[in-house]
Amino acid sequence: MITRRMVLPAVAVAPLALARRARGATPTRIVSVGGAVTEAVFALGAGSHVVAVDLTSRFPAPVRDLPQIGYMRALAPEGLISLHPDLLLLSADSGPPQTIEVLRAAGAPLRIIPEEPSGPGAARKILAVAEALHLDGRPVADAVLADWVALDAPIAALPPVRALFTLSAARGAPLVAGRKTQADAMLRACGAANVAQGFEGYRPLSAEAAAQLAPEAVVMMSHALEETGGIDALLAIPALAVTPVARTRRVLAADGSYVLGFGPRAAHARRDLALLLHPGAALPPLPARSWT
Amino acid sequence: MDVSASVALATPRPRRGVALLPLGLALLAAAMLAGVLLGPARVTASGLFAALLDALGLAELPVEHARDAAVLGVVRAPRVLLGALIGSGLGAAGAAMQGLFRNPLADPGLIGVSAGAALAAVAAIVFGGSLFGATAGLVGLWMLPLAAFAGGLGATLLMARLGTVGGVTSVATLLLAGVAVNALAGALTGLLIFMADDRQVRDITFWTLGSLAGARWAQVPVVLLLVGIPSLMLCALARPFNALLLGEAEAFHLGTRVESVKRFAIVLAAIAVAAGVAFTGLIGFVGLVVPHLVRLGFGSDHRLVLPGAALLGGALLVLADLLARSLAAPAELPVGVVTALLGAPFFLWLLRRRAAGGAG
Repeated sequence: MITRRMVLPAVAVAPLALARRARGATPTRIVSVGGAVTEAVFALGAGSHVVAVDLTSRFPAPVRDLPQIGYMRALAPEGLISLHPDLLLLSADSGPPQTIEVLRAAGAPLRIIPEEPSGPGAARKILAVAEALHLDGRPVADAVLADWVALDAPIAALPPVRALFTLSAARGAPLVAGRKTQADAMLRACGAANVAQGFEGYRPLSAEAAAQLAPEAVVMMSHALEETGGIDALLAIPALAVTPVARTRRVLAADGSYVLGFGPRAAHARRDLALLLHPGAALPPLPARSWT
Repeated sequence: MDVSASVALATPRPRRGVALLPLGLALLAAAMLAGVLLGPARVTASGLFAALLDALGLAELPVEHARDAAVLGVVRAPRVLLGALIGSGLGAAGAAMQGLFRNPLADPGLIGVSAGAALAAVAAIVFGGSLFGATAGLVGLWMLPLAAFAGGLGATLLMARLGTVGGVTSVATLLLAGVAVNALAGALTGLLIFMADDRQVRDITFWTLGSLAGARWAQVPVVLLLVGIPSLMLCALARPFNALLLGEAEAFHLGTRVESVKRFAIVLAAIAVAAGVAFTGLIGFVGLVVPHLVRLGFGSDHRLVLPGAALLGGALLVLADLLARSLAAPAELPVGVVTALLGAPFFLWLLRRRAAGGAG
């Protein structure tokens, strides 16, 4: 009677693949901030312990039903505390620093997870999340890193494609990723040369500059491509109409949080984007992972 | 320099005005109490009691109430104090600017303080990271407020300098200089936004909407000194402001040191607004409309308008902040949005009611 009562809820609560416990108890009220951080929590099997996420956490599907804490650079100290979290997992991109200082002063159990746009960086991110969860992150991190490294040599052998990554094309000037962006890092990892190297961060691109850069392919967030009105509408924009893309028509739609997250799905995103950039390239298949 | 006592205007204090100051004080106290006691993180009565005993040093804090004590003492108390002080500063500065310019549309923005603070804050957001690298987060805790304060004060001093010819500060020249300084600061801010990356643009946007979420105890003494004291000093300028209502020449003949009053008022308002804005980002509406609310209800005697606007401004900002952190919980609305959403309809209602009353 008693055992039945105790076992049933335990079975119901235990996630399907809760990674092996390392030490200490896994927190049960996790607030996860940052898309890749949230993905890592779910990949480690602790997804059912997440009680709230930020706007950038869109995967896996169950997170969309969780309470929203808003934009990760405008955190609300009291709102976060009101969730009674026993772990606040914050991406290093969270802010503002003043609010994080308030949370620290109030004794909130927070952990900052480093953001590094690379395969090894994704593995380190997973390990950092696992450590905060008192779980063993090595199986997941090692798998992600192995998948990533398996693509290194085949992608290095491909001829580099001159590519441009654009966030949106509203108002006629595409917002393009320059140096020191996750998009820049991902393009490089996928055997492409990001032609926008004259600036850091995202900038609107003028028609003149675009003609100068002469990209052969454009990678674009899929929802932004829909908003623009499809490939024809996009290529009619002066900044792109003057580039080789207008001829090659190689506009590649990608899910932003998938290709830019550098979380557990980083290696799979790398392979998918590399295949989009190099159609028909011989890339080794990656094993199906429970978190992709 | 005795500017406050130099004029004793023989205007009798309006009778209904006598109630304003106790009323304002009661309102501010009630708002602050609500601000500390209410919010999305529920605090039980026993938690409040335990935190009070702990704060007074009467009893050790039980472990189960550590969270309540942190919510009350670390998160809410400095936030409410800062809100009350900064709101008072905005209210008093707004009333002083409307008195100085004898223009109901005047607000602290007119003397360039907001635009200057915004320019410097945006510069700190855009260049802070590359100047200080990895330590930017830490430096940012004080670098951004320091930059915003210096920028706000600098823009106002520049404007006052441009508006003063031969030792005489002409209000008309001052207004035009303010327009020019605002335009220049706005253009430079636009240039910086163009140079900013996507994330910095979002940070800038949130800064211009204002927030008290970063309030900490370490900021309270700074704000007390740089916002509280200038606000009090502005209230002490009530009599010369009353004299100025008659016109500058008349005020001069009544014995008011018109030039020093003007300069004093501008510098005090700029310090109070710049120091407040430095910690919260831009908060619109309070400085413009709160003095009007007081005047609509209690007449235009500055002995009432200045302290009344300070008390009401503080109360409004504290209440707006309570709503800002409660309405969208666990997320938070920008407080500048709430002050405007809260105040503008109320102001319109008051305006309509007064118009109807005047007609009938």
